[in-house]
Amino acid sequence: MTTTIDPPERRETAADKLRQGRHAISERWHHAPRWVRWVLLVAVIAFFYALPNKEFYQYLGPIPTPGANFTQVMFTVSIYVLLAVGLNIVVGFAGLLDLGYFGFFAVGAYTVAVLTSPSSDVKTLWPWLLVVPIAIALTMVSGVMLGTPTLRLRGDYLALVTLGFAEMIRIAAVSSEFLKGQRGFNQIPHPPGEYADGRPWFGVLDARPYYWLVLTLIILVVIGVRNLTHSRVGRAWISIREDEDAAQLMGVPTFKFKLWAFASGAAIAGLAGALFAGKQNFVNSQNFELLNSIIILAAVIFGGSGNIVGAIVGGGLVAYMIERFRGIELFGVELYEYRFLFFGLVLVVMMIFRPQGLIPNRRRAAEFKDRRKEVIVGE
Amino acid sequence: MSDTEQTPAVPAQAAAPAVETVDEREPLLEVDHVTLRFGGVVALNDVDFTLYKGEILGLIGPNGAGKTTCFNAMTGIYQPTEGQIRFRGQKISGKKRHQITRMGMARTFQNIRLFPEMTALENVQVGADAHHKTSVISALLRLPRHWKEEREGREKAERLLEFVGISNRMHEFARNLSYGEQRRLEIARALATDPALLCLDEPAAGFNPAEKEELLQLIRQIRDQGVTVLLIEHDMRLVMGVTDRIVVLEFGKKIAEGLPAEVRDNPKVVAAYLGVPDDAA
Repeated sequence: MTTTIDPPERRETAADKLRQGRHAISERWHHAPRWVRWVLLVAVIAFFYALPNKEFYQYLGPIPTPGANFTQVMFTVSIYVLLAVGLNIVVGFAGLLDLGYFGFFAVGAYTVAVLTSPSSDVKTLWPWLLVVPIAIALTMVSGVMLGTPTLRLRGDYLALVTLGFAEMIRIAAVSSEFLKGQRGFNQIPHPPGEYADGRPWFGVLDARPYYWLVLTLIILVVIGVRNLTHSRVGRAWISIREDEDAAQLMGVPTFKFKLWAFASGAAIAGLAGALFAGKQNFVNSQNFELLNSIIILAAVIFGGSGNIVGAIVGGGLVAYMIERFRGIELFGVELYEYRFLFFGLVLVVMMIFRPQGLIPNRRRAAEFKDRRKEVIVGE
Repeated sequence: MSDTEQTPAVPAQAAAPAVETVDEREPLLEVDHVTLRFGGVVALNDVDFTLYKGEILGLIGPNGAGKTTCFNAMTGIYQPTEGQIRFRGQKISGKKRHQITRMGMARTFQNIRLFPEMTALENVQVGADAHHKTSVISALLRLPRHWKEEREGREKAERLLEFVGISNRMHEFARNLSYGEQRRLEIARALATDPALLCLDEPAAGFNPAEKEELLQLIRQIRDQGVTVLLIEHDMRLVMGVTDRIVVLEFGKKIAEGLPAEVRDNPKVVAAYLGVPDDAA
């Protein structure tokens, strides 16, 4: 309170004002009448349904990507959002550091590829729609298989084992004859349905129907995840994240609920993988680099781990940013080449100025606020 | 209230095993010649005592006497090297921690271990969930069981927060509660698991005399509701004031057991414990 600490004092008030501004927005949201919230929510959803139409996005200035087909980009973004929502269960709610989440995506995509593609050895040639539930179920099973031995480990060890899992899946994809390596699987069927004149809903050129399909599934998945987190299951997950020993001693069967977190997260990744394979028509081992696992984890943390909206925003922004760099040249170099450099810079800046993520979980926000107080007291 | 038979007005747990009381005191927890070694260190040496239904038992001893170790063995965190611990006639060892909680044993922690980023209400709801069966399917599809258990758990949590006197702080994060409120919240959370036995590990640590007095009242009220209480405590006045019987440990051995007055006059105890002026306060 004396003159010696004047400068930090002033900076603090500016930050305070900013925080109050943000606080006011969230307050206003929570105190807004129900119908206002619904109208806003419907407006946002409608916006995203309209987004991939050229008639709409041509008016959006710099938002459409210059170097890539915008509807294709939006499909990729929607897949990342779905993955971020799934990983958020594992990392954000249950607090299990999973570095191999993309491995489950690969399991989902390969299940579809093996069971539908004419180039696969099993030659079942089943329709896509029939295989989707099988893919989800198999991914869940692989989640349980990975989780049963490893969820007895904690923290760093779990991270290492999951990292190994993703690499195993990738190497199996590269080198196993059954999974066709680089050559991959082609002619994977698209989702079913056709217009009155016989044209299929889900064609090769237009990515919009796929995007709409994924968007609809994201909405359903988010409703499901919300139901879980606002229940005994969600409380158990958060209690495990907060203090696993105390949770056990309060009667939480921690192993069972950690396994459920793993399985639910895996199921969502499996769904995403099946959707990806159904759109892409072609799956090979190059689709499943380890980097993807890292990107999704970064997206969840970037958006605000433990918050569903945060995960959606994080997944969407990160995937979009990467694509946005395509086709932009600076001093004769395409920025896309340096996308991960920028990505890293953004993350570092985030960690300094907003470590709790863009849209933090209300709990996290409180925690970081308190820590800041502690630091100031310490100074 | 020394030798009247205990008639628990509200049995905390419905189905106690049908052991007809031959002795009028029904054993709830039996520590049967328990020895616990960590490598060469003998933490507990042939400790043997019984906790009877409806009483408040104090477990005391100087620092490092093995109180918390004994406590951890009783709640299933450590496995005894020799001997065994029986709760309601069943062996504790080999049971999972959450199963022991469901059998009716709940505890608090010497260094508070709440779920800091959950609200007070949610903390207690986690305790109440110990007997709930809602799992992923019923929560995902919002089946009737979910709604029923959610309502029950919430009502129970509100009632318990009222009982420990912090219902005005219900929606506050546990980390934002004051120290005393956190201690109370821990008790509420433990009570939410419907325990037959509540183990309190130094619940008065860091309390001023007025707060200690309130805590005494609370412990008595808990006992009056039919919950047996095991109390580990440093503060002799608190222990003397509330317990029915006391077990004294020193260097991992039981050196005395009896009524508070007997223990207080026991020369061994005086030498080991009360002889230290700072602790006697």
